[in-house]
Amino acid sequence: MNRKVIIIGSGPAGLTAATYAARANLKPLVFEGAQPGGQLTITTDVENYPGFPDGIMGPDLMDKFREQAKRFGAECHFKHVTKVDFDSNPFKVWVGDETYLSDSIIIATGATARLLGLDSEKELMGHGVSACATCDGFFFKDKKVFVVGGGDSAMEEANFLTKFASDVQIIHRRDELRASKIMQDRVIDNPKVNIQWNTTLENIEGNIDDGVSAVVLRDTISGDERTEKCDGVFLAIGHTPNTELFDNFLDLDNKKYICTKNNSTKTSVGGIFACGDVQDSIYRQAITAAGSGCMAAIDAEKYLESIESS
Amino acid sequence: MADNVVEFTDDNFDTEVLKSEVPVLVDFWAEWCGPCKMISPIVEEIAGDYNGKVKVGKVNVDFNQQIAMTYGIRGIPALLVFNSGTVANQIVGAVPKNHITEILDEVIK
Repeated sequence: MNRKVIIIGSGPAGLTAATYAARANLKPLVFEGAQPGGQLTITTDVENYPGFPDGIMGPDLMDKFREQAKRFGAECHFKHVTKVDFDSNPFKVWVGDETYLSDSIIIATGATARLLGLDSEKELMGHGVSACATCDGFFFKDKKVFVVGGGDSAMEEANFLTKFASDVQIIHRRDELRASKIMQDRVIDNPKVNIQWNTTLENIEGNIDDGVSAVVLRDTISGDERTEKCDGVFLAIGHTPNTELFDNFLDLDNKKYICTKNNSTKTSVGGIFACGDVQDSIYRQAITAAGSGCMAAIDAEKYLESIESS
Repeated sequence: MADNVVEFTDDNFDTEVLKSEVPVLVDFWAEWCGPCKMISPIVEEIAGDYNGKVKVGKVNVDFNQQIAMTYGIRGIPALLVFNSGTVANQIVGAVPKNHITEILDEVIK
């Protein structure tokens, strides 16, 4: 069956696109991917999404997004797209061996937490190394943990971890934070959190059975290395866009974000649209993602009208 | 919870998992864990697909900290495959269904 629109991704961008496309009677098919609901599903309180003056839990907000899209007939599948072909007409999307055809595609695959690239980090992921404090903080009651990063998400993770850990050390490579003032203040006022400035993480010691035992840190000014005992390492050093599948078909910028045309969600291929964090390295907010998801659905609707009338 | 997904606890873990006749897939999870909710429907599907060949169940780490500690769980979702009372393989984090079925097929082949 040839679909009118397939949406890849199910964060605020993908599900907003689904709501708008469904209301435009395009019967969108949404592939929710490896992280249904997107990055907000691994956060706790979302305090800056308009319409929720008391805040809302990230996973709850995304359940509401999905419910709203489904109410108008969007089909949401817990499936992960493994391959695409944007040179063919209609476009092709694969989920393993299954092939799907569509006249237009909306890409909303978002971004994934970046890792440092250390061998020890990869080996100990899930065994004391984590990129999700809300998932794993629970296992560090009365322990000492390190948080790597200097942005809002690092501050949020550090604060959250103090619910469990007795000692939270933030490692930051510079001498000032990138985080917003309100988030910085919360960390500075929290007696369980300490910031180690001008410091990078060089290695993580430990093993799969016993978890993390220590970190090797480097002072970026003196170059001196030191080892500090700890039980966990939480990474919050930014994100990389999930564009691997599209590299051969679409123009990407030097940081691998999808390039979109001015004031639209159009990509370098007609009929393929991109919205949310996968094309936004600047704002990266739930509300901006949702906004661009709406744009993508409207752009796709116009595109479909234009090919039908031609 | 689906009918063929068993609830494992600190109390029944020994009889239900360690002394099980067939291999057991154990999903360590908690209510507050977003990625756990994502793989929950996959785990339920697997329970249906492998009915009779693999026992599938869940451990809520909030209420069963002893087992979580025994098996060194430091991140969830954690999927452990038990065979004859020992851990045959494990996956930490939300992964696609085929990653889980691959390690199950390895154990039951």
